[in-house]
Amino acid sequence: MTVNDTGTYLYAVSHDTGSPCPEDLTGVAGTNVRTVAYAGLVAYVSTVPLERFGAEPLRQSMEDLDWLGETARAHHHVVEEVAASRPTAPVRLVTVYRGDDQIRDLLSQRHDDFTEALARVTGRQEWGVKAYVDLTTATPADQEVAGTGGPGAAYLRRRQMSLRGREEAWRQAAAQAEEIHDALSSVACASRRHRAQDPELSGRKELMILNGAYLVERDRREEFAHMVDKLRGRGVDVELTGPWAPYSFTELADGQAEIHDDG
Amino acid sequence: MTEASRFAPAVRQTSPAVAGREPANLGDILERVLDRGVVIAGDIRVNLLDIELLTIKLRLVIASVDTAKEMGIDWWEHDPWLTGDNRGVLEENRRLRARLSALEERLPLEPRRSEDDRE
Repeated sequence: MTVNDTGTYLYAVSHDTGSPCPEDLTGVAGTNVRTVAYAGLVAYVSTVPLERFGAEPLRQSMEDLDWLGETARAHHHVVEEVAASRPTAPVRLVTVYRGDDQIRDLLSQRHDDFTEALARVTGRQEWGVKAYVDLTTATPADQEVAGTGGPGAAYLRRRQMSLRGREEAWRQAAAQAEEIHDALSSVACASRRHRAQDPELSGRKELMILNGAYLVERDRREEFAHMVDKLRGRGVDVELTGPWAPYSFTELADGQAEIHDDG
Repeated sequence: MTEASRFAPAVRQTSPAVAGREPANLGDILERVLDRGVVIAGDIRVNLLDIELLTIKLRLVIASVDTAKEMGIDWWEHDPWLTGDNRGVLEENRRLRARLSALEERLPLEPRRSEDDRE
């Protein structure tokens, strides 16, 4: 056991406006959230025990579904609270530093990157849009297929028809997703398409054809919502979530360079 | 604050103009806090490649937490909209290339020559 057995868990970074940390804000593992200000920026952090947030304990607890769910919600809650009142750069789950000095180093070293990211999201909100289609209605699976040959050949033809129908339906779905994304992007300042969620994840049996994130000016939110409403129909259901903290639009300029190759 | 309220789903603000919105579900939250946001290496090194693997497992995790535990485990290989991050694949690709060229150096040159002759 080392002498220093706590770490500093980082949730989000914002501009330091001198306003105090929201009172009674609880973070991961029931810890109190506080702020570390430096160089015009402020970090929202909490002190966490390394016996639970050290590298090895984390590796194990990240596999624990209940722990992961609780921790993700607690992390998200802090990010939301902060983002409700100021431009916010949310930080990825379980980013832990040895202490507050390391947080100050970060705010100083990445000052310009954070400032740029915060400028990008100021006065804007992230909205999530998911679009679904029900492909089962578009597949001509039961269609009778005429032709010569035995039942084997007929089976193969049927199967081919069914596959072709499926392919066509997928192509159409992809084109629809593209259209919806373009329409929404025209009202947004920035947009991202994320990986579509599987039915097991989305909790819906239809196929998700679009999992988009849109950064929208605060005063265009109604316009954006109306656009979403307009895009419903033609066999497509469109689902709107948000406003979210700008999770999809605050990547730092050289974030990729932070990937460490252990190989 | 009670345990229950801390883990309750975040209820979205509602406004008359933005009706019909869904509350934030755990899947959406996990997707954001794990896949997105500012990526910086803390002092406590959680291998970022582990997290990338986790984002694959995440799909299973969410299914387990939010819905049911019974599901196939290979569906992500058939995802036709792989618009997301493919860094993990690129990294694996790079490693495989490195191994391939290392192997090629150890082999006699005949097979490669005969391939060149055909052109």
